[in-house]
Amino acid sequence: MSALTGVRVVEIANERIAFAGKLLGDMGADVVLVEPLGGDPTRLLPPFVNDEPGENRSLYFMHYNTSKRSMILDLDSEEGRATFLKLIETSDVLIESEPTTRLSSLSLDYADLVKVQPKLIHTAMTPYGRDDPLSDLPVTDLTLMAAGGPPWSCGYDDHNLPPVRGWGNQGYQTGCHYVFMSVLTALLYRNVTGVGQFIDVSMTAALNVTTEAASYAWLVCEATVQRQTGRHAAVVPTGETQIRCADGRYVNTGVPPRFPVEFKKLLDWMTEINLVESFPEAVFLEMGANWDGQFDLSLIGEDESITAIFSAGREALVQIANSITAYEFFIGCQRAGLSVGVIYSPEEAFEDEHFKARGFPVEVRHDDLELTLTYPGAPYQLPLSPWGISRRAPHAGEHTNEILADLA
Amino acid sequence: MTGALSHFRICDFTGQLAGAGATKWLAAFGADVIRIEDPVRQGRWDILRGLGPFVDERRGNDLGGGFNNHNTNKKGITLNLRTQKGKDLLREIIAVSDAVTENFAAGVLEKWGFGYEALKEIKPDIVYVSNCGFGHKGPYSRFKTWGPIVQAVSGLTFSSGLPDQPPAGWGYSYMDHTGGYYMAMAIMLALLERDKSGKGQWVDLACTEAGLSLHGPALLDWTVNHRPLRRPEGINSNRSQCAPMAPHGIYPCSGEDGSGEDGSGEDGSAGEGSEEEGSGDDEWIAISCRHDGDWQKLAGLITEIPQDLSATWCEDFNSQGQRLANEDELDRKLANWTSRWQKFDLQQRLRQLEIPVAAVQKPQERIDQDPTTQNFGLWPTVEHTEMGEVRVDGLPVHFSETNWELTTGAPCLSEHTEQVLVDLLGKTPDEVATLREEGVV
Repeated sequence: MSALTGVRVVEIANERIAFAGKLLGDMGADVVLVEPLGGDPTRLLPPFVNDEPGENRSLYFMHYNTSKRSMILDLDSEEGRATFLKLIETSDVLIESEPTTRLSSLSLDYADLVKVQPKLIHTAMTPYGRDDPLSDLPVTDLTLMAAGGPPWSCGYDDHNLPPVRGWGNQGYQTGCHYVFMSVLTALLYRNVTGVGQFIDVSMTAALNVTTEAASYAWLVCEATVQRQTGRHAAVVPTGETQIRCADGRYVNTGVPPRFPVEFKKLLDWMTEINLVESFPEAVFLEMGANWDGQFDLSLIGEDESITAIFSAGREALVQIANSITAYEFFIGCQRAGLSVGVIYSPEEAFEDEHFKARGFPVEVRHDDLELTLTYPGAPYQLPLSPWGISRRAPHAGEHTNEILADLA
Repeated sequence: MTGALSHFRICDFTGQLAGAGATKWLAAFGADVIRIEDPVRQGRWDILRGLGPFVDERRGNDLGGGFNNHNTNKKGITLNLRTQKGKDLLREIIAVSDAVTENFAAGVLEKWGFGYEALKEIKPDIVYVSNCGFGHKGPYSRFKTWGPIVQAVSGLTFSSGLPDQPPAGWGYSYMDHTGGYYMAMAIMLALLERDKSGKGQWVDLACTEAGLSLHGPALLDWTVNHRPLRRPEGINSNRSQCAPMAPHGIYPCSGEDGSGEDGSGEDGSAGEGSEEEGSGDDEWIAISCRHDGDWQKLAGLITEIPQDLSATWCEDFNSQGQRLANEDELDRKLANWTSRWQKFDLQQRLRQLEIPVAAVQKPQERIDQDPTTQNFGLWPTVEHTEMGEVRVDGLPVHFSETNWELTTGAPCLSEHTEQVLVDLLGKTPDEVATLREEGVV
């Protein structure tokens, strides 16, 4: 039992919306993935189990389709449409990312569906919104991101290098986060009123409002942020925060030391690893450690002592980083109360003791492959309504007969 | 009921973006979100309160542009929780709230005497959602984070970059935004659970876990095939990660007018040494060819409008296999061609050919010039008591029955203290004045 147990969701298979179905299914919803004849094309996307291609071996498909059942339905046929309507009749939610007029051309749009299920929550996610013809042009995660804003803010100090789009289908996933939040909101409303509704989610709009100051610096005072290596894009350039450690790996140093106790801990740490002798600025760390009260940060660059202390703080971090590994630096800084992060690759994070201790990796049995595979786990921990993968991704049409029998 | 969530009240300690972003969603759908701030520190725990951007030359604790953006439609009160009376008032508010939300470092609320057990005593079915970088349990639970630290540790910084360069990361707090989304989800999931079972719960949200869960296929490639993302050849995250597609990247364009078909932009600006890099104009376009069909159309346009360059190179890339095997060379050739175009001209051409394309839009372009965001109503204007009318991020969704609405700006410090204490808790204005004198509110 979980928070969405008892909620039936119909998902029309589409690579853009798949993650929203997973978010719903992993919280207990009965998600029926409606696939076209021949199955959803993302079933053939790499990577594959043991690198051997095959319809039921795509790790991409497996990840995005956990906790779902699959039904093959040809919506272009009379029979398929009739079955779809029967399915909707038993359902609470429809999520889809079809071309803007496809469902209306099949007489399966919201206006048609509410006739069989008046309480339906129909959520359509499109590149620019349901009413914009641009939504029907082809897109990829990369082009959505470029249009929506993130790459303008991401990349390097050297602007001859292109802006960068982060990996991981974050454009699709951001749209799906909004689909999921919308469905939850509409369910809460329906619980007290019995009223369903149609929800229009724009993927590029979702990205536009997921860019932090890039948007609001323009909205508030028409200022434009500029991208910088490994740190926030900014209107006025800021100091570097990414440092390469002795093992060649990087850390993000976050906010540099700014409280007396932080300078004290930094000095103690340098003493402990024998770096003080070779660090002439240690005297300023000591000054910082013994400072009376809070620093007036607005005096950095004006007051000589404060400027020297803050510059020594940053330089001390670089000196320490140059002599230890990125992981040691991360742990050492955090123990000194400094908000610093090791720049892990995803697999390094996955293997870290912290996430293991919290139970983040979870095992999923693949009876068909006779394998038990380890998946990324809960993004949130709800003790009364636990997140969980209720079943591996389905084979194409694996549950068609079961669902048809249920509808009969 | 007017809003989808107007039957809920949130006792809200959140701040910054990772927390405030979550309750912004709830407030936009009508939830009564009451921000609790500390009068002694004047609410400065939320550093965005007094940080720019600013609408004019005025500076101050009520004038932060980011704070306004993230706290629209919320009420703001002050309570001094060092005092017994302050604690008593908080208990009264919790007793009539559905959820308590916070994104302090782990353990802060508990130290004030308002851990989950205490909350439950006040309101047995309370939903409590805490959001911190590493969660309240586990070896790193005492570690401090903010967006970029969460991104670093959860693999998101690493997986954004170009070969032979350090990680580029995200030039903003992607995981403050997204951590806020997961917090909103957690609050609503727990409220749905309460609708069913009548029970509340404590959700321990760790932003780093939410971040780590965004790498699904890469993590399965690791656990199943033992293939890491840390590879000797580095990462080019502008390329396609899973689906085989090439070209697939961000290419330079010209910032000069008239650099389209007439060749007048041929001034050498895209010449020497610029094949791999930008034109210096910082204008860019993203292009993806999903299959041979997209490539053939693109190669057709290159041949039709060669921009004074030879187009014969296209023939070396006819098959997907050739393009993927020689992607560096393909990107160099294509960049040389795109750098003779203005990005919006080329975008228009490629849209006509139905090839996935998008100009890399600057804030001004996507906010003020892109009709798609304007038509969607994405930038509503709110009325802030001190700042006046300000545009803010809207929500990228529309509901047919209960659409969101953002009308009022972020609360000034203690702006609604009297209103909440009088209307919600039944105090008299005189009592509130006394509490103010006593330093309780």
